[in-house]
Formats: sequence, C-alpha cells, structure tokens
Amino acid sequence: MSSDLQDQDFTDEVEHGEELWNPGHRACAGCGPALAMKYITEAAGENTIISQPTGCMEVVSTPYPESSWGTSYIHNIFENAASVASGIEAAYKSFDRRDPDHLDVEDSDDLNIIAVGGDGATADIGIRALSGMMERGHDVTYIMYDNEAYMNTGVQRSSQTPLGASTTTSPAGDVSIGNDTNKKDMASIAADHGVGYVATASISNPRDFKQKVEEAISRDGPKFLHVYSPCPVGWSYESSKTVELAELAVETGLFPVFEMEDGEITDVNKIRDRKPVREWLETQGRFKHLFDDEDGEEAIEELQAWIDDRAEDLGLDA
Amino acid sequence: MAKAELNPSDEQQVMKGTSAVAKGVMAADPDVISAYPITPQTGVVEKLSELVADGELDSEFIKVDSEFNAASTCIGASAAGARAFSATSSQGLKLMSEPLFTAAGMRLPIVMAVANRSLSAPLSIWADHTDAFAERDGGMLQFHAEDVQEAIDHVLMGFRVAEQVNLPVLSNFDGFILTHVQEPADIPSEEEVNEFLPPRDPEFTLDPSDPKTMGAYARPEHWTEARYEIQAAMMESKDVWAKTVEEFKEVFGRDYTEYNGMIDTYHGDADYRLVALGSMCGTIRGVIDQYREQGVDVGLVRPRVHRPFPTEEIRAALGDAEAVGVLTKEMSPGYESALAGEIKGTLYHAENQPPIKSFVIGMAGRDITAAEIGAMIEETMEASHPMTFDEQESWPQLREELLQTGGDN
Repeated sequence: MSSDLQDQDFTDEVEHGEELWNPGHRACAGCGPALAMKYITEAAGENTIISQPTGCMEVVSTPYPESSWGTSYIHNIFENAASVASGIEAAYKSFDRRDPDHLDVEDSDDLNIIAVGGDGATADIGIRALSGMMERGHDVTYIMYDNEAYMNTGVQRSSQTPLGASTTTSPAGDVSIGNDTNKKDMASIAADHGVGYVATASISNPRDFKQKVEEAISRDGPKFLHVYSPCPVGWSYESSKTVELAELAVETGLFPVFEMEDGEITDVNKIRDRKPVREWLETQGRFKHLFDDEDGEEAIEELQAWIDDRAEDLGLDA
Repeated sequence: MAKAELNPSDEQQVMKGTSAVAKGVMAADPDVISAYPITPQTGVVEKLSELVADGELDSEFIKVDSEFNAASTCIGASAAGARAFSATSSQGLKLMSEPLFTAAGMRLPIVMAVANRSLSAPLSIWADHTDAFAERDGGMLQFHAEDVQEAIDHVLMGFRVAEQVNLPVLSNFDGFILTHVQEPADIPSEEEVNEFLPPRDPEFTLDPSDPKTMGAYARPEHWTEARYEIQAAMMESKDVWAKTVEEFKEVFGRDYTEYNGMIDTYHGDADYRLVALGSMCGTIRGVIDQYREQGVDVGLVRPRVHRPFPTEEIRAALGDAEAVGVLTKEMSPGYESALAGEIKGTLYHAENQPPIKSFVIGMAGRDITAAEIGAMIEETMEASHPMTFDEQESWPQLREELLQTGGDN
C-alpha cells in the first residue's frame, strides 16, 4: 500500500484541459491539499457538486472572475460546508420526487455531493454542521483535508495540530513546548455518528485515496474521509518534500491509514517496521525546538506513546 | 382593507397566527424547509412538520441542529435551485446572521418568517423589533405585518419579489401578539397561488450539466460591485413590489396598493402623524379614533416595507405634517431609534422637515396602553425645532424606580 508519487505517472490518466481541478490556481508550490483536490475531482468525475468552506483551497481556487473548478462548486462560509451540502442534497431529493426532469443526469443517485473542508473548518468551527449532516443521514461525502493548522490565516493551531508543533497561536517558548494536545480523532467521531463508511488516506498514495473516494460516493448516506495533506509553508520544509513527508507520517504511525464500516475497522494499512516519530519530526521547522532540551525530549516521548497506543488499538503494526 | 368578496371561494378560518403563516407557506409550495424551534416562532415549523407528516405538503423538511444550519441548508438548497423557507426569532435570527448576509451577497431568494422578539440580555421571549433591526444591513428585504392576514400575504408576496430580484426576505410579524393570537384569516388556495406565484425559475444553479462556481472569493477590485448590485436589486425591488401588490389584489382581492405597497396610512393627511411598525398599529388606530372625535387631527403612517426603505413614500407621507411622532420597539444605543433616524435622514431632502419625536416603547413585550399612546400624541403636538436629544427621544414607559433601587418595586 505504501507508495511514492515519483514512481507513478498520473499525467496520462486525465487529459489536460479536461481536468476538473484546473491548473492556474494560486496554491503554493508543493501544496498537499491542492493534490487532494485534484484526486477528489478525478475520482468523482463531472457529475459532482462540491461544497467548500472558507479556507486555503477555496481562496486559491476561486479568485473572482477565475475558478479552478470544472465541477459545480459552492463556497459559503467557514463553518457550514456540511450544511450547505445537506441543503443541496435535500433540494435534489425534492426535485427527484417533484420535478424529475429538473436534471440532465438521470436522477440524483447519479449525483455526487461532496463537501471538502480543511481541518479547522471540519474538526473545529464546522463540526456542528458536520455532526448534523452525519446524524441526519444526508447522502453526502465529507472529505477533511488535514494540513494540521489554520494555514489560510497564517498557521494557527487547530484541533488537528500534533503535539509539540509550534504554531503562531501555540508557539514554542521558554515555558512552552508548542501545541500541548494530540490530534482529535475525527474518524471515530464520524463512526460514532453511525456513518457507514469512514476512511483515512494520504495524498502520498493517490491510488488508495481515489479508490476510497470512489467507494464513498458509491454508497448511500453520509460518508467521511480524512485525507492527510502536508503544507510546506505551515510546517516549514522544502516544497519538493510534500509527498515524502505525507508518506513518512504514515510510516511512523502518526497518521494511520484505515477503513471503517459500520463503526468497525475493516482494513488497516499495516506498517512493517514502524519508524519512530522522531524521524518525521526532524524534517520540519515547526518541531525544531523539540530537539533543544529535555522538555522537548519529553514531548517527543509523549507523542510517541500516543502513537504507540493508537497503533495497538488499530492493529497497525504488521 | 380586505375585499374578500372578490373571491367568494375564500373561506375565512380562525387559527393561531403561527398555523396561519404555515398554511401560507404551504400554499407557496416550497421544495425545502429547514428550521429549528425557537419561541415564539416554533408553531410555524411545528405546523409545517405536521403538514409534511400528513402528506398535505410535499417538501423536504430538514430537521437541523441550529438556526445557523437552518440558514445554511436553505442556502445550499436555494443555490441548487429550490424554493427554500425557514422561520426564526430573536437569538435564532442572530445565529443565522452570518449565513444570511451571504445569502444576500449570493443573491439567493430564501424567504424567512421572523416572529420578532427582543435579544438577550436580559433573556426575554417577548416581542420587539431588536432582532429585525440587527439584520438591517445584510441585504435582506424586510416587511412588517400588522396582523396575521398580512403575515400570511407577506410570505407569498415575499417569494414573488425575492425570486424576481434574487434577494432573501425577512417577513416580520410580532412574536406572541401575532404568533399566538387567534384571528380570522383567508388562507390562500393552491389554485390562487399557482396563478400568483409561478414555480421558481432561477438563472443560475448548481447544475452539474452546466457547472458554475458560486460564492467565489472577490478581491478589492470586484467586491464593491457585488455590494452595489445588492443595492441596485433593492432599489429595483420597489417597482417589483409595487407590481406585486397590484397582482396580489387581482388574484386574492386584498388591497395593499397604497403608496406602491410600501406604506399603509390611516388619516394619513392629518396635521399630526404617528409612525409605527407592526402590530401596535391596531391599538394606535383605536386611539386615533378617540382623538379625532375630540377634534384632534391625528393620523398614522405605517411602513409595511422597511427594506428597501420607502424613501419617496415617506417624503410624500410625512413631508407636509405639522409634527411627527415615531413609536419604535427598537433602539440604537448611543444614537437614537434607528427608524426615527432613518425617517429624519429621508426628510433631509424633502421640502419641509417636520419636527420628529421618537418614543421607545413596547420593548420586550411591555404592553402599550391607549393612555400611553394618547400621551405620545400630545407630546408630538408640542414638538418644535430645534430639539436636544432629550427632547427628541423619550422612553415613556421607563420605570424610574427600578433604576433608582435596582430592585423590582
């Protein structure tokens, strides 16, 4: 399951000019989330409506009068992408029943309604909208792209920021190791809502991610995907390393890749010789301070222990 | 006002205000309804839920987790091309405020019934117009109903206008005073409404066969124009409203055409004129009758539409008054009541500027008595230029003793 984008050539899969996430957007070089958008649209195809909250991917893709989106697309505000998607789904359900000729597509079952939000818009400010969408059972696929902070506003801490990361609102300092919490477990939160299909994926393995998007949209009801997407600016690393770092996060177990159906783990991307998280931390400026003193060492050990516990719960080690 | 005899098929029904408004909504046949309960609106969505549950209304009813998401789901539905409705009050309207401002910017014709109620703190469930005025600058059309019949009719006319000018509507009616009263009202029939309100036919929707990007991000070189377009649509909505009330009269027989449908008057050419919104005007009419019997030439000017502001109509209706008294259930801390300020601003360019006194009354459901209205008429008759702030705004119902002791005496 482990992969390396360098070994694969995806350029032939979609004709240039027919892309639904078009080049020319304003994302930074090496943007992980921008790759996620590309893979989502490739997997979902044109019969898709995207609902997106405010955030990096919205801002870089819709500077009026330009748009990168080849699919139907709506942005509203930061905290309501899941609700906007719920409303769209309800509208098409209504059309299906009341006005079947409304759409060129045969019926709304052929329509993919996908909400795509960053970790801040999903796990923090938008979680009520997401919770409502999942609990009510709307036929919407929600995809959280996780770059581990509020990158659009300049790298502030979110509930997906890992322990020890220095951000502008959780800065490392004389008496601070940086962010002092572990990542909120969104997959479990989704599964606990009774969401039938929940999965995590990394942009380092587009084939796996796209398969999961396809699997999600093929099912009825709410679906939740958590896709890991590094940010060179917020994490402070060289922009050519995005895919490598996304893969390393998987290999250390910081970001476990798995699938859940009806609340049970059904497939785990087993890791042979799981690497210590230290190897991943060393690659990024946001963790630099951890290697300066004993407090940092303690934080690294705490993070490692958290990862080890989750790895055991998930049966991550091969 | 009502000329029900034009429609012999109409049957007046006596029902609670909230149920009557829900029946009006049903007649408009929305594709999607999304709402969260809040007093005193709750009866509207309860009735709509019941109508859906009984199969009388074929709408998708989204049982959302909050008003914030009621507005947000309506935005998604409306963007997809649906006719979308919600209802709210007070804190709920506040919670909707952020998405509702975007509904205006994205030009989505969502119609909301707002059962007006004060805003915390202190917590209060009773009626005033603080909630509606707090949303004044969002780009939503705002109507204020005097009675249940008007509240029903404003929802129908609201959809008709909203879907032509692509702006959302707040159709205000006073909490409890109108929501919980039992009044006879004509419930529009489906046939009548079909004639008056065609199915929504939006120009742009989230149709995958014709992809669009909606809700884009605009930089400074474009944003102002989006806001200007809201202003232009608001101004255009005055003509659309004027035509709508004419059509409404033809189909339903009820005549709202005075002053292009913007303003309703009662002895509107009197020397002294009171201005007020909503349900308190019923009481005011009675007091005016008493004063007129005593030879006092006093009348009422009641804006039915607050956004777009009836500028020309206000000039025509108030410019030649001896003095004006504005009775408002809202206040703008640090200035004066917003309605009085707006009326003064409107008359700045009129030939005459009558002295205007504003009276902050009826806040959070405090009863407005005939005696109090009489006193305000008399104070208005004494108004003259120039006026200090203390002279121009008064709070006739203020209980001074509570301010002195802090206790409830």
